[in-house]
Amino acid sequence: MDIVAHFNYWTVIILMMIGLYITIAQSNLIKKLIGINIFQTSIFILFISLGKISNGTAPILTDTTLPYSAPLPHVLILTAIVVGIATTALGLALVIRINKAFGTVEDNEIQQEL
Amino acid sequence: MPSTHLPLLQVVIPLLAAPICIILHEKTLTWLFTFLVTLTSFIIACLLFQHAAQDQVLTYAIGGWAAPWGIEYYLDRLTAFMLVIITGLATFIILAAKHSLETEIAADRAYLVYCAYLLNLTGLLGVLMTGDAFNIFVFIEIASLSSYALISISRDRRSLYAAFKYLILGTLGASFILIAIGLLYAVTGTLNILDLAERLPEVGNSGTVFTAMVFFTIGIGLKAAIFPLHLWLPDAYSYSPSIVSTFLAGTSTKVFIYVLIRFIFTLFGIELSLEQVGMNELLMLMSIGAILYGSFQAIKQDSIKRLLAFSSIAQIGYMILGISLATAAGLAAGLIHVFNHAIIKVSLFLCLANIIYYTNTDSIKQLAGIGRRMPLTMSLFTVAGLSLIGVPLTAGFISKWFLIKAAMANGYLAIVAVIVFSSILALVYIWKIIEVAYFHPETEAVLQQTEQRQTPWLMYLSLFLFIGACVYFGVQTHINVGMAEAVAADLFRLQP
Amino acid sequence: MSDSSLLLSALLIPLIGVVLILLTRSKSNLREAATLFSAALLIIIVYQLLQRVLDGAKPELTLFEIIPGLDVGFLLEPLGMLFACIASVLWLINSIYSIGYMRGNKETHQTRFYICFAIAIASTMGIALSANLLTLFIFYETLTLSTYPLVTHKGNDEAKRSGRIYLGILLTTSICLLLPAIIWTHSLTGTTEFTVGGILRDESNRTAIVTLFLLFAYGIGKAALMPVHKWLPAAMVAPTPVSALLHAVAVVKAGVFSIVKITTYIFSPTLLIELLDINLVLYIAGFTIIVASLIALKADNLKRRLAYSTISQLSYVVLATALLMPISMLGAALHILAHAFGKITLFFAAGSIYTATHKKKVSELNGIGYRMPITMAAFAIGSLSMIGVPPTAGFLSKWYILQGAFSIESWFAIGVIIISTLLNAGYFLPIVYAAFFKQPATESEKRFNEAPIPIVLALSFTAIMTLVLFIYPDFALRLLQPWVGGLS
Repeated sequence: MDIVAHFNYWTVIILMMIGLYITIAQSNLIKKLIGINIFQTSIFILFISLGKISNGTAPILTDTTLPYSAPLPHVLILTAIVVGIATTALGLALVIRINKAFGTVEDNEIQQEL
Repeated sequence: MPSTHLPLLQVVIPLLAAPICIILHEKTLTWLFTFLVTLTSFIIACLLFQHAAQDQVLTYAIGGWAAPWGIEYYLDRLTAFMLVIITGLATFIILAAKHSLETEIAADRAYLVYCAYLLNLTGLLGVLMTGDAFNIFVFIEIASLSSYALISISRDRRSLYAAFKYLILGTLGASFILIAIGLLYAVTGTLNILDLAERLPEVGNSGTVFTAMVFFTIGIGLKAAIFPLHLWLPDAYSYSPSIVSTFLAGTSTKVFIYVLIRFIFTLFGIELSLEQVGMNELLMLMSIGAILYGSFQAIKQDSIKRLLAFSSIAQIGYMILGISLATAAGLAAGLIHVFNHAIIKVSLFLCLANIIYYTNTDSIKQLAGIGRRMPLTMSLFTVAGLSLIGVPLTAGFISKWFLIKAAMANGYLAIVAVIVFSSILALVYIWKIIEVAYFHPETEAVLQQTEQRQTPWLMYLSLFLFIGACVYFGVQTHINVGMAEAVAADLFRLQP
Repeated sequence: MSDSSLLLSALLIPLIGVVLILLTRSKSNLREAATLFSAALLIIIVYQLLQRVLDGAKPELTLFEIIPGLDVGFLLEPLGMLFACIASVLWLINSIYSIGYMRGNKETHQTRFYICFAIAIASTMGIALSANLLTLFIFYETLTLSTYPLVTHKGNDEAKRSGRIYLGILLTTSICLLLPAIIWTHSLTGTTEFTVGGILRDESNRTAIVTLFLLFAYGIGKAALMPVHKWLPAAMVAPTPVSALLHAVAVVKAGVFSIVKITTYIFSPTLLIELLDINLVLYIAGFTIIVASLIALKADNLKRRLAYSTISQLSYVVLATALLMPISMLGAALHILAHAFGKITLFFAAGSIYTATHKKKVSELNGIGYRMPITMAAFAIGSLSMIGVPPTAGFLSKWYILQGAFSIESWFAIGVIIISTLLNAGYFLPIVYAAFFKQPATESEKRFNEAPIPIVLALSFTAIMTLVLFIYPDFALRLLQPWVGGLS
């Protein structure tokens, strides 16, 4: 079955939708950030899935050539994770200041104050 | 030879300089330091421009790792063209920054602005320099993160919310681009743009490639604020400190348009993106929407910053329109407008920075009669405004000329009508300001400030440079038009 | 002086005038002297140029190249020479008049007035001497912008509203129609140079050429073809010297001049005759003449009546041009000349009446001839020229236009001219009659009491010129001869 064979991609799509939905639909700013995080995580899984081949080993140079998983996506995702953390940190910092300035972290309440 | 490392230095110098701003801390010192750093970047960009103008493609393998394994910096005419715009703006905007920031943010935070400014510059230059698709994503995020910080640093608390909104949409945009890059990697196994360009035709127009294009278009649309994905832009421009709006308006969206051009023409290739998928048709629709929506919204605004922000949305539409014509002439027109609009919009924003320095407001109603208080600034504003409308002997006219001509060459008379009609709309919103400034009696807000801070000469110097450029590039066009046409010819693989 | 430096100085002198006016702004006598000095200097330069053009020279000057194949350049040809002569002579006269008017009515912002006026003249010279469409377009726009502060001179709400209409219509038409037309021409031919015999000579572009003709006719909003004529009555709020500038010296003249110049140097009239199945421009011009005259007939405000008279007179020029015959083109050029002197006389007279009596309405002018005989005599001469009665200049131009209409048996044009002549008489002669033959309301108004001397001097001069041009039209004919020769 395709769905089972590609379950990781289906997971990616489901996570992506969940993340996107939370980001757009939630009024709480922190929840929006959580949504973004879920969304980004789905992308990480996407990349890592791309690199994986079944029965592949780690890419270590040995005398015998074995099928190995591509290391590049892992490297990329390490970078992307760092970027994601930076974004989350900045986002949370902004939320703290928004909370100080407006006294709320709810989107609709802030818009009323503007 | 140090000159061989220029492509690397272009990106690394501002990157290394940014933390030094924190160490220096003192505001005049950091300002001076930032200016020197940006000036150095500008000089490097000019050297690279000279190099690229002679039709030499320069590649630089980072750490000696050859492409496609290592990350490669890649410099062709398009890159050089954009480098000069971005570094030039960054350098000369900084001149005005010192005094303008003094009135708009807390004094002890000025050094943070310079630090974020340099980081932003690093990100933008990195996007331009790199030849690696994933690396583009990383640099986009560097630029974006620092711009969120820059926007939120204003005293106005609304800037916090604007920055947060931009953060959410910006991160979504960048993530979409990342997905597109991932999908492209999945089908080709490479991230190097030139390598991708070679391999994609073998794959052809598969479902994965198409999906990648869709994700990419949405992502870049969000980042470059292409209508209807522009929602973050008006707030971000209008609530941030003047200098920040000036810098963002001049540089960041332009760089994302560069990414769009690079992907369409180099990475996907004309055959795939334009002929098979027809991305240009979608872009054309978006650009027409942008031009009309932006102009109409601009007319309705009372805050001049907001007005200029909506005008930017319309002007981005012009650039995208040029690209969407899918001809060398159209692309050249788009690039010319990227260049000219950067100068024009920065001039307008700098005039506004002067006005805000003087009056602390940018509300049109409150600025009645400002033309008599600040005759020099307002007359320069008029010149820049006329340039935005597209009056001859100014840079804006050149843009319009090439854009209309390119649209005519395609036989798109409706597009010509849209362009001229929106010029009229531009006339309406610029004239709205000028009329109030010169012909309305002074209001309280301006009158109360009879003992004014004298606008410092540095702010004028910066303004004069940009207004001078507005007029110069309306009269002498061989540098920008010549280069833009050469770039377009390169990308369409024609003999120049 | 070399030809090209003469050409350049014709453009620069008004601008030098601007600097002089700025330097002397605190002393009003000196400031006015600066204006008069520059105006006189300009006449000398233009006269020098005229001599050379009559000798057959064609001075040329290219300032700079904006885009390859597209430069800002100047070229003196007979038609432009004629326009330059009109503008420069009338600048001096109008300046003398302005001094009387602005002081007599205690107007404010006089320095701004003289500066904008000088810039407008510089733009007019630029239009007259332009060597290509781009240059023409540039100066066309600067003329619009520099006259805006003049139109809104009074600064009240009405002036601002009128200014918006003025700017709105002129800039809209020029950006929406004229600019695309220019770019289209450039796309088709790769050039925008004014060339004897025209540049749009490729018959295969029939649709393009026919459309372009219409685009140019409406793109040049200053020619006030209906329905883009509204700016002209709106601009009536301005002080009278400004109205004179708009109607006689610069703005509307720049409009019709551009149309004549473009028709003869960009299009090829002979080719246009072949290509045009229905000459829309001709019909529109005819329509404008009649309708504008009818509106003028009903207008009670003197300046408004004059404004609509101008609209109809401008369409004479467009009509004559659209007939596309060399002889009618000559009529068009002469009509620019004749109308300039005739209409400026009428406006001077209107301003003179306003300065002396503050009367604006036609119905208030009964018996004013007793009080202001010189003004009203000049007004009568101007009226006759508008109607086209000898011995005034208006007769000559109408003669040539009619000749052109007869030569191709355009009964439409002939009919329009005859009807409009009657209408012209219908709205001008009653004023003259009322002024001289009706009794004023009170005896005291019979006393001789003319406007200030500069005003009277100026309007007498232009009235006399209107007569002189009838008696001695040789100079204009001799000047225009090579141009007409190049048409057939």
